[in-house]
Amino acid sequence: MCKDCGCSIQDHDHTHQEGHSALHSNPQLNDAKTVEVITKILAKNAHEAGHNRAHFDAHKVLAINLMSAPGSGKTALLEKMAESGAFTFGVIEGDLETSLDAERIRAKGIPAFQIQTGSACHLDAFMVHKGLHEMPLDDLEVCFIENVGNLVCPASYDVGAHLNIVLVSVPEGSDKIEKYPVMFAKADLILITKTDLLPYFEYDIDHEKAQARRIKPNVDILAFSTKDEQSIQNVISWIKFKKSMRS
Amino acid sequence: MHEYSIVQALLEQCESHAQEYKATRITRVILKIGKLSGVEPYLLQSAFDAFKEGGICREALLQMELQNLVLHCEACGEDSEQSEICYQCKQCQSTQVRAVDGEEMFLMRLEME
Ligand SMILES: Nc1nc2c(ncn2[C@@H]2O[C@H](COP(=O)(O)OP(=O)(O)OP(=O)(O)O)[C@@H](O)[C@H]2O)c(=O)[nH]1
Ligand SMILES: [Mg+2]
Ligand SMILES: [Zn+2]
Ligand SMILES: [Zn+2]
Repeated sequence: MCKDCGCSIQDHDHTHQEGHSALHSNPQLNDAKTVEVITKILAKNAHEAGHNRAHFDAHKVLAINLMSAPGSGKTALLEKMAESGAFTFGVIEGDLETSLDAERIRAKGIPAFQIQTGSACHLDAFMVHKGLHEMPLDDLEVCFIENVGNLVCPASYDVGAHLNIVLVSVPEGSDKIEKYPVMFAKADLILITKTDLLPYFEYDIDHEKAQARRIKPNVDILAFSTKDEQSIQNVISWIKFKKSMRS
Repeated sequence: MHEYSIVQALLEQCESHAQEYKATRITRVILKIGKLSGVEPYLLQSAFDAFKEGGICREALLQMELQNLVLHCEACGEDSEQSEICYQCKQCQSTQVRAVDGEEMFLMRLEME
């Protein structure tokens, strides 16, 4: 039984040895000492992320973390997924302020829970854990976690998703992947969004693809526009394929 | 500025290690910062200086060692250290790799009295 929340997930990867140190036999210090401790600084978050993944696994739900700069089209993508009716899903929304995004999702008949992070510029595994207990997981095939719009901070936090989709939109300019390599290195799928705007911007889509593959030669990349039905279908196919590989 | 939340987690760990060793103060904190951890050492330093006040680390020096990405290749079995951010085996060009170092931040050692 999960001691943090009382939910029925067995506690799993307790890597106790990670947090313990070399001087176990004699923890009394008499004078200055150097001790090896070797602990992940975000060990608590990592543990909670594992717990979240175990929740999703127990319900056979594929969890996908959506990350991008503010306004790249994360919520717009989710609205299109809702309209397609291609699979059942819920959304855990993270924003500094407001419940606007959760309201947009609920307006499409999709369960959504809003987390307001206040001053935190990212979601962490503890916030997502709160959200996932509000999701009707038994009825869902996929759970999206829409992270706070930010191309830096969310990359440091495992939230317990199985996959990361990182979005970057045409108006942001085609230098974002080289400027934010840590975020794009986390991506299982990079979505280049708002491609309907390509005629109005000097945007070199091939350059961006090449930059992405310099970092991660096998990363999946799709172009996406809310105005291009085929591009919506391509994202749906990618998600359904990933889901089928985990059933 | 997630460096603030990271420093808070770090200081909690320092407090609990100090308790375990019955130390009264920590004089040096040694970290390993992965180049792909998404953390800016400079910002971590200033967050540490701001938050250490009044706690067990009040007089502690923060020492950070930067860690390159290290990959284990599932195809050829070799480990390779990458000087650039690139998820591809240097020996055999396979992309069947997993990171074994360089993605995380570790508290490595503490000096305390
Ligand atoms: N032309 C065009 N506009 C788009 C597209 N996708 C999103 N937008 C517009 O871009 C703006 C931001 O979209 P959102 O979906 O709210 O972006 P977001 O990533 O959820 O933003 P935050 O949650 O605030 O980080 C809205 O005005 C959308 O209508 C697209 O494919 N084409
Ligand atoms: Mg949004
Ligand atoms: Zn739980
Ligand atoms: Zn190899």
